[in-house]
Amino acid sequence: MALLQISEPGQSPDPHQRRIAVGIDLGTTHSLVASVRNGVAECLPDTVGRVILPSVVRYTGEGSGRQIGFDALTGQAADPANTISSVKRLMGRVRSDVHDVDNLPYTVLDTPGMASIDTCLGPKTPVEVSAELLATLRFRAEDSFDDDLFGAVITVPAYFDDAQRQATKDAAQLAGINVLRLINEPTAAAIAYGLDQASEGVFAVYDLGGGTFDISILRLSEGVFEVLATGGDSALGGDDYDRALAHLALQKAFADKAPVPESLSGEDKANLYAAARRCKEALSADGTHEATISCPLDVGDCQATITRSAFAVATDHLTQRTLQAVRRALRDAGLEKSDIEGVVMVGGSTRMPVVRDAVANLFGQDPLTNLNPDEVVALGAAIQANQLAGNNTGDALLLLDVIPLSLGIETMGGLVERIVPRNSTIPTARAQDFTTFKDGQTALALHVVQGERDLVTDCRSLARFELRGIPPMAAGVARIRVSFTVDADGMLQVDAVETNSGVQAHIDVKPSYGLSDDQIADMLRDSYATAEADIKARAVVEARVDAERMILATQSALNADGDLLSDADRATIDTHMAAVEAAKTSDDAAHIEAVTKALATVTEPFAAARMNRGITQALAGKNLNAV
Amino acid sequence: MSAPQSLSLQASDFELFDLPEQFQLDATALTQRWKALQAQTHPDKYVAADAASKRLAMQWSVRVNEAYQRLRQPITRGAYLATLLGHPVNAEDNTAMPAAFLMQQMEWREALDEAQGDVNGLTQLADDTNAAKKTYLQLAELAFDTDKDIPRAVGAIRALMFIERFLKDVNQQLDALTP
Repeated sequence: MALLQISEPGQSPDPHQRRIAVGIDLGTTHSLVASVRNGVAECLPDTVGRVILPSVVRYTGEGSGRQIGFDALTGQAADPANTISSVKRLMGRVRSDVHDVDNLPYTVLDTPGMASIDTCLGPKTPVEVSAELLATLRFRAEDSFDDDLFGAVITVPAYFDDAQRQATKDAAQLAGINVLRLINEPTAAAIAYGLDQASEGVFAVYDLGGGTFDISILRLSEGVFEVLATGGDSALGGDDYDRALAHLALQKAFADKAPVPESLSGEDKANLYAAARRCKEALSADGTHEATISCPLDVGDCQATITRSAFAVATDHLTQRTLQAVRRALRDAGLEKSDIEGVVMVGGSTRMPVVRDAVANLFGQDPLTNLNPDEVVALGAAIQANQLAGNNTGDALLLLDVIPLSLGIETMGGLVERIVPRNSTIPTARAQDFTTFKDGQTALALHVVQGERDLVTDCRSLARFELRGIPPMAAGVARIRVSFTVDADGMLQVDAVETNSGVQAHIDVKPSYGLSDDQIADMLRDSYATAEADIKARAVVEARVDAERMILATQSALNADGDLLSDADRATIDTHMAAVEAAKTSDDAAHIEAVTKALATVTEPFAAARMNRGITQALAGKNLNAV
Repeated sequence: MSAPQSLSLQASDFELFDLPEQFQLDATALTQRWKALQAQTHPDKYVAADAASKRLAMQWSVRVNEAYQRLRQPITRGAYLATLLGHPVNAEDNTAMPAAFLMQQMEWREALDEAQGDVNGLTQLADDTNAAKKTYLQLAELAFDTDKDIPRAVGAIRALMFIERFLKDVNQQLDALTP
């Protein structure tokens, strides 16, 4: 379901008009929105000039019922139970998956499908909370341009699995945003960095954010950004350094009487972690070797002086975990440390000297920090959004990204048969044949998992589905071909077919961790973004948008490659285009959809011919940028 | 280079990349054409296009990636080429291998047992296996491209498949020893 805002009826957009496309960095700690204006990517500020939106939502039950960003942050200490920060850690996760879940200042509920948060306005899913942040950024962009948003590129950690990506897409849908593409955060950073510096060669992007860590190894050449390998940890970030520092401070202040953080009240936890974060930031300032932490708690004041070296020791296990992931990514790319031309640092947590020193030490070179680590991801996403929306008139860039984690199927004995190996370039499709193991078996249960371990129980369960109606055959005779297709967003679809009988099953991987379409529909009905809109009117509006898009797409195809058509074929297409043009003013959604579909059908052979021409030209040695 | 007039999704990997149907490969040309083909077919180029173009782009982009992955690795390239030439490798049921290689295989297995927990021994074994890999790659190229002896080439590819699995075992043990 497309949820685009479009121009008023009868006011069709000029095809040459610039489309408003933005890049959104939906971060653990803060979020940003950026766009390309006058050829330059820049972060869009709020009404008082701040580009950062703290990723915090507070449910109040008064007024609009919610505070978002800085307002919510201000209320956090007083109302920790209803103030949701670091919600990104809960995206696409059940409660038992969330590391240190009892240490969060708010209450996480064990709801089926995905964890949710207990608030004064009832349980809220991480998708709904993220949608509040995304909607805030969408309105900021629409106010900045005084125009509706065409679409957005939203960044996700490269190491996000299928469930986490799906949750992010669901949140965007809920916020009424047309997602042009999900792209990986380190890849976005590489775009901003590579284009800024006109770099060529192999680069490592080390991205340590508030709650996630990614490492990507990329080759940059002539506008092509080829990801060679990626790795990371979607539950490791600056938050963990804060907690380690808080733990250290408690031990210093209370010695052997130190309370464990779990035993503190929600308010104490929120205050202590905030104090730890301030102390960490103070320790990161140039030339500072020690800093104090001071925080009143129910058990007494937590007062301590923390030296840089004590902080380094207390957090060394975290830093080492990132370096392990770096080494594995290098091995996956088949490269040595000395092959890396430069190391780009991304994410606010790379401001910590302990992290910079460790990375410099590993690579034997100083990492590059000349772009603002908080903004670089949003800027790269904006550049890609501008290009995907068709606004870019300059040199084309091409992103060739990979899937971060292997995808497979459970086989006998709880083992995983890997079907798509990690670091495969996307989009990709792989198939594998399986068979039945009992005589007369008529159904086969398929369990789709993601991860690198050999045992199913150590991998993430993505979906379970059944292929039914297989004609009875002797054991081992049936040939069940299971196909995995991963699209350019890194999202998986699975198909199964018994090749002797043609019995088929298909699944968009969502059920076990994502939200069902019904749940999304319910949320949409409840959400303020759609409160005023009447469903029927929306259907007509959507049909018109689709019709308009189809006309524009067909027109630009005709302009480019109309010579491929015979006069008769051209006349058929023209007739259908005129029909769609005429139907656009109708109030009958079904009619608009029918004529749009008819146009799509008659242009299919034309699309195939155009694709063929493009491929032939590519092989004839046409310049990449001529695309 | 003469570009083919028209290509279908059913074209062979070699036709798709306009490369000669042989084992020896120009890796630079392969990567260049992969990027040029992706520049035409990648779904990012069709975000604002009609549904038919989007679907086609997805199919073609997947097909191009599939062929690239297969041609890039010598073992999968060799197995694919053998199949094209009417001698499928049939990895599961066909165990024909050069006799000398069977002996070698047993010696390596024994050496791996002996080198358990010994970094130097394992490193030496990895080096030896890598050297053997180079030899069998040359043998495969000679059999495929010069002598056109496809059954012999298939034997070399099967040996390489074993070497690859064996190297993985050795490297796993090495990884466990070197943090």
